[in-house]
Amino acid sequence: MNRVPVTAAIALGDDALVLAQRLGEWAGHAPVLEEDVALANIALDLLGQARTLLSMAGDEDQHAYLREEREFRNVQLVEQPNGDFAHTIARQLYFATYQQLMYSELATAQSELEQGGLAALAAKAVKEVAYHRDHAVQWTLRLGDGTPESHERMQRALDALWRYTGELFQPMEGLPVDLPALREPWLAAIGEVVARATLTMPDGPDRTPWAAGAGRQGVHTESFGRMLAEMQHLHRAHPGASW
Amino acid sequence: MSPATDWPLWEVFVRSRRGLSHSHAGSLHAPDATMALRQARDLYTRRGEGVSIWVVPSSQITASSPDEKDPFFEPAADKPYRHPTFYEIPEGVRHL
Repeated sequence: MNRVPVTAAIALGDDALVLAQRLGEWAGHAPVLEEDVALANIALDLLGQARTLLSMAGDEDQHAYLREEREFRNVQLVEQPNGDFAHTIARQLYFATYQQLMYSELATAQSELEQGGLAALAAKAVKEVAYHRDHAVQWTLRLGDGTPESHERMQRALDALWRYTGELFQPMEGLPVDLPALREPWLAAIGEVVARATLTMPDGPDRTPWAAGAGRQGVHTESFGRMLAEMQHLHRAHPGASW
Repeated sequence: MSPATDWPLWEVFVRSRRGLSHSHAGSLHAPDATMALRQARDLYTRRGEGVSIWVVPSSQITASSPDEKDPFFEPAADKPYRHPTFYEIPEGVRHL
């Protein structure tokens, strides 16, 4: 059996886990009941990916519930607070587009590490994230090309989260995918949706100089600690609790 | 959850597998047909219930009224001869 690329499994697993937790926060709070269920479905897809990935790197519960903030390797984009619905959709659009490109490459990667189980996971996950992207695209179009208020909110969300997108395309140890090369197709895919939605591509920097790539190094933004506390407190208070 | 009230209502029909017909699964609110289809997918096929979905604007369905129940349906109640059970099946006919 080939060696599992642990660093990559944890990084991708943490991305999926943290975004699942954020999306789960919408349960009971989404603008409409139908959307409540849609976001929860997406969160559960991501949670399934996270469980597979973190299990490749050891005990999934240990990874999810007993690591400290600085040990998480997710990109900062996925930990950003839900904000208004437009912010959640912008985060989904940026991240699902990246995931779809990344998993497509990973599913067909011909490296030795492919046997570590990542390719099998990617082949399944790519269908899930294609739907996540479609969901985000549909809403981006409707909010962007909707009322003046929805247009303004969608534009504000795209602009606000832009600075976290550069981190997605850093090279990752052990991952048989050329991440920097995905940036161009990602920009093209986002640009096409943004134009159709009558919005404008953000033109600010796609990373902040002091935080470039920080999430993958274990440096996280302010709200992440609170999110983690909510996610972990039950397990920490009652170790091994189940129902 | 109030903003949904001005979204139209859609009826959802799901085909559970090939060869069966679509059956009514429920209804939902959605801003347009494209979103209705997606929300139907999330609400009614998340446990693997279907291979095909139709959504129809509820306003496009013409339904019989409860007031018409008697003239519509009662006359059929006492006509058992309309069931195909009064025929002798000829010898030698198989698969009927």
